[in-house]
Amino acid sequence: MTELTDLGVAAIRDGVAAGTFSAVEVAEAFNANVAAAQGALNAFIVATPEKAIEAAKAIDAARASGAALGPMAGVPIGMKDLFATQGVQTTAASHMLEGFVPQYESTVSAKLWEAGAGMLGKLNLDQFAMGSSNESSYFGNVISPWQRPGSNAQLTPGGSSGGSSAAIAARLCPAATGTDTGGSIRQPAAYTGTTGIKPTYGRCSRWGVVAFASSLDQAGAMARDVTDCAIVLEAMAGFDPKDSTSLDVAVPAWTASLSADLKGKKVGIPREYRVDGMPAEIDAIWEQGIAWARDAGAEVVEVSLPHTKYALATYYIIAPAEASSNLARYDGVRYGLRDLPDGAGLQDMYAATRAAGFGPEVKRRILIGTYVLSAGFYDAYYTQAQKVRALISQDFAKAFEQVDVLLTPTAPSAAFALGENVDDPLAMYLNDVFTVPASLAGLPAMSVPAGLDAQGLPLGLQIIGRPLDEQGVLNAGLAIEARAGFTARPGKWW
Amino acid sequence: MSVDTATVAKIASLARIKVSEQELEAMVPELNGILAWVEQLGEVDTSGVEPMTAVIPNTLRLRDDVIDADPLTGGNRRDAVLANAPAAEHGFFGVPKVIE
Repeated sequence: MTELTDLGVAAIRDGVAAGTFSAVEVAEAFNANVAAAQGALNAFIVATPEKAIEAAKAIDAARASGAALGPMAGVPIGMKDLFATQGVQTTAASHMLEGFVPQYESTVSAKLWEAGAGMLGKLNLDQFAMGSSNESSYFGNVISPWQRPGSNAQLTPGGSSGGSSAAIAARLCPAATGTDTGGSIRQPAAYTGTTGIKPTYGRCSRWGVVAFASSLDQAGAMARDVTDCAIVLEAMAGFDPKDSTSLDVAVPAWTASLSADLKGKKVGIPREYRVDGMPAEIDAIWEQGIAWARDAGAEVVEVSLPHTKYALATYYIIAPAEASSNLARYDGVRYGLRDLPDGAGLQDMYAATRAAGFGPEVKRRILIGTYVLSAGFYDAYYTQAQKVRALISQDFAKAFEQVDVLLTPTAPSAAFALGENVDDPLAMYLNDVFTVPASLAGLPAMSVPAGLDAQGLPLGLQIIGRPLDEQGVLNAGLAIEARAGFTARPGKWW
Repeated sequence: MSVDTATVAKIASLARIKVSEQELEAMVPELNGILAWVEQLGEVDTSGVEPMTAVIPNTLRLRDDVIDADPLTGGNRRDAVLANAPAAEHGFFGVPKVIE
C-alpha cells in the first residue's frame, strides 16, 4: 500500500470518507514524519501533534456517527506561523513575538478547521514574512529537502513561506497555508517542486494574520498539485466583515469546475519578462510551457506589460513603507518582547525593545519605510511609487483585454544555496522579479512545477489571471500540470 | 538622494529602533544601495496618473455601532487583552514612569 504520507488532500479526504484508513492513522503518520525531519529541515517552529490527533479523532467520530464530513475532513495541514492560532504560540518567526499566545483564531485558520482539517504545527518562515530564502527567521533557517546531486550543500526552500514549501516537498504535510506579499507563496513553491496559489487580493481574510504590507498581503494555499490547492483555497477564502479589505463576493466552486481544456482560451506571453541575463534553462522551461499551453488548445499571444521593469523598485518602496507603519505596534507594552534597560524611560524602552526584537532585514525595511514616508520625501518616493503601481496595474488590465491568462517563469533561477545572497539585499530582492508585478496589481497567480534543471532542481511556471478569475488560473495550471507530468521528489537524506 | 550617518540616526530615532555606532556605519551603504536603486522610478512619466489606493475596487464598510460586535475581540475582554502584556498590573498595561 502507498504510504499515507504520500497522499494528497483529495486522496486523504476520500480515503477517510470511504473508511480505507482512519483520520487518526493519517495524523499519526504525518506527526511521525514531522518529528523525524525537524532536526534536519527545521520546517516547523512548533509542532502540535496533539492538535492533529484531536482533530482526527473528531473526524473519525463524526464519520462513525454518520455525520456529514467537511471538504477537508481528516486532512492534517501545516499552518504558517503568521496566522494567529488560539492557545498556540504565534511568532511570525521573530524574537519580538516569541512566547506570544493568541487569544483568538485567525479567520483563515478557523475556516480550515471548520472544513475538517487538523493542525500539525506552526511552520517556519522569514521573519515577519520579509525575505525570499528563509534565512531571516529567529528560529533558524529552513533547509530544503532538495539537494544537488553529489552535494550536501544546504539549499533554500524559498521564502517567505519556506517552512510550508519544505514541509510539503518532504511529505511532512499534504498541504499548508502560505501568505504572499511579493511572491512568498509562488517562489517557494517553484523552488521545491510544489504548487501554490495566491488568490485575488481580498479573497482571503487578513484578520488574525500578522501584518507585513497590508495592501499586498494575501493568504493562499500550497500543496502538491493543482486540485489540492483548489480544495484548500476554497476552504480558506470568503468574505469576512472583520477585514475591511475583504471582498464581499461568493467563493465559486473552483474544485468542481476544474478543467485542463484550454480550447478557446488565449494565453499571453509578456515580452518584458524576457529579462537580460535570464538563464537558458529558465527560458527553455518557459518555451516548454508555451508548447504545453498550445497543446491544451490555447492560442498563445505575445503581450506587452511596459512598466514591468519598475515593479521591483515600486514594491521595495511600498512594502517597507507599509511595514514601517504596521510594525509600529511592537512597543513592548501590549504584547511581545519588552526590553527595559535599568533606569530607562518609555522612549528608551521602545527603542531597546525594537532593537532587541527585530532582526536585521526587518530593521532594514522599517528604516527604508520610515525614510520614504518622512516629511520632504513622501511625494518623491511613496506617492510616485503608488502612481507607478497604478501604471503597472493598467498594463495588466490592457493585457487582459487580449488574453485570459499570462504565462511566465516563477523565478529567475532554481533554488540557490543558503548564504549565497545573504550579504547582498539587492541580489536577494531580484528573486521576486517575476512575482512582484501580480502582487502589486492584486491579481490571482500560481506556480506549478514544470521540470528540473540540469542540476536536478525543480523549476516552476507562473500563471497570472484576471481579478477574481482564480478558476482560469487553476485551469491553466491544471493543463500545465497534466503535460509536465512532474513526479520528481527529493531523495530522503534527513 | 543619499543618506549619511546623521540621517540614518534620525530615521532610526523616528522608527524607535536603537542602533549602535557600528550598526549605523553598516546601514549607511546598505540603505544607499537600495535608495539609489529605487531612484529609477523618477524616470517614469506619471503626470496625470492618480496614485493607487486600492487594487480591487471596494467600498469601506461600517459595522453596527454596538459594543461587543465580536464576542472574541469586543468589549469586556480585559483579561484576554492583557494576557500577553509583558507587565500587566492591576488590570492595566504597565509602563515605566512617564511623569516626574
